[in-house]
Parts: sequence; C-alpha cells; structure tokens
Amino acid sequence: MTARKIGITILFIVGAGVAHAETPASLIAGYTTEATRATPGFAPSAERGQNLFIRKWGVSQTMPTCASCHSNQPTAEGKHVVTSKRIAPLAPAANPERFTSSAKVEKWFRRNCQEVVGRECSAAEKADFIQFVSKGGRV
Amino acid sequence: MKSLIAILLIALTSSAQADSHKLAVPANPKWQVECGSCHMAYPPQLLTAENWRQMMKGLDRHFGANATLDAKEGVEILAFLERYAARDQKYGASTLRITDTVWFKREHREVPTAMWSHAKVKSRANCTACHVTAERGDWSEHSIRMPDGRRWE
Repeated sequence: MTARKIGITILFIVGAGVAHAETPASLIAGYTTEATRATPGFAPSAERGQNLFIRKWGVSQTMPTCASCHSNQPTAEGKHVVTSKRIAPLAPAANPERFTSSAKVEKWFRRNCQEVVGRECSAAEKADFIQFVSKGGRV
Repeated sequence: MKSLIAILLIALTSSAQADSHKLAVPANPKWQVECGSCHMAYPPQLLTAENWRQMMKGLDRHFGANATLDAKEGVEILAFLERYAARDQKYGASTLRITDTVWFKREHREVPTAMWSHAKVKSRANCTACHVTAERGDWSEHSIRMPDGRRWE
C-alpha cells in the first residue's frame, strides 16, 4: 500500500468517526433549533428536564416514572425494575458514552417516552432532558 | 494415582466447557446491544426459530415494554437468532418465555422457590443473579453463585 493510499484510508476512517460523533451540547443545540420552530424563543431548561424525569406519569404500572429504572439521580447507576439488570448512569459526567449518538438517543426517547409518558416526547422536552442530565442532575 | 487425578481433571474441565460451548455464539455487537440493554442477551439456542420469529414481530409490546427496532436491524437480528435457534421442542414455549420451556424447568427443578423471590434475584429472567459469568458465555454449574454466596454443588 502506498503512503497516499494509507493517507486516504486514514481520512476515510477519521471521516466516518466524525460523521457519527455527537456531544450532549450538539444534541441539545439540534433539539433546540427544532423546538424553536414551534415555540419561538425556546431555551432549554434543566428544571423542566428534571420535572420530566421525576414526574409520576402513571401510564405504565411497572414504570410510572423514568426514575423507576434510572434511579432518581442521573449520576447514579440504575436498575431495570422488571429484570434487575444494571443500567449505566445517564449523566455524561458519570458515563461519557451517553448522548454521543443521535440514533441511539432517538431510539431510547422513542421507546421510553412511549412507555413511560404514553406518547413521543417533543424536541423541547428532549432538549430540556439532556440539559438536565448534562448538569449532572443539578438544576 | 497422579495420572488418574489428571484424567479426572481433564474430564471435569471438558464437561464444563461442553456446557458453556453449547450456549456460545460468535460475537454479534448488534444482537448484544439491542437484545442486551434491558436484560442480558439471552442465547439464541434457548428458544426455537418459530419462537424468535414471533418474538421479533411483537417488539412493540415485548413482555409489557416497548422494544421496537428499526426494520433493518430487526431483520439482521432475526437472521442471527434463527441461525442459532434450538431445533428441539423442549426449548419451545408458546408464551415465548425461555423460563416456560421444558428444558428450563427441568434444569432448574432443584432451585428452592425462595431463591426466585430473593431480593438479588426477583425474576427468573435475571440469569446473571446466579450465573454470574453468563455474560462472558460461561454457564457452567461450577461458576454458579447462589444469592447467599454459596456454590451450586
């Protein structure tokens, strides 16, 4: 393999990595842009995010709230309420892998909002939520 | 005498390996991640292909939870499950619960009822409560630790 080919290969690998890498801040920014279309002047709020997280929605009997599985501290490890499987902390400060892939973030919002809230979450709610966990659960 | 012990040791080791090898599958990150978030990724060998097909059709109400996948991931994972699925009906369950198969019930017939409701176990779905090395593919009886810390022997 020539040096040029190696160089091109490295560029491809780096490029692929960059294409998929998001950060909590970039995800908040994306959801904020989306939320602003429906609500001009929208700004994400950790406090509203916390309300979303600890509110007893009561839609699901086994999982009335996010905290049923994730514990009421985003920096702490959670435990699945049915299977007892350990769930790594939600807060990026405690678990740097969190909120680094928009596909993964969208998948879990879709599943868990349907399950616990009883509907899809809005872009505004997602921005608030990531803001809350990014601050390590402090509002 | 020494050679007899050596033979015995080899026999014991190989039977433990045979046990764990039966449930081994090649590494499959997609299956591991998608089927192993809320519970451990249960070995495909523990249900029949027909059971897995039914399971993957109903992920929107997967034992009371929403576990939906995107269509492409669903197809890929089902192919993997079908490939390693059990052929024997003792691994089949109309409820799609591994814990309802004839095989599971027989394997666990000596487990006292109180163990299942132990705070560290709570659910028959919680394999790793006792099979502490199962996620590394080791299901041998030798590796079992009961919730009270004792070995299963």
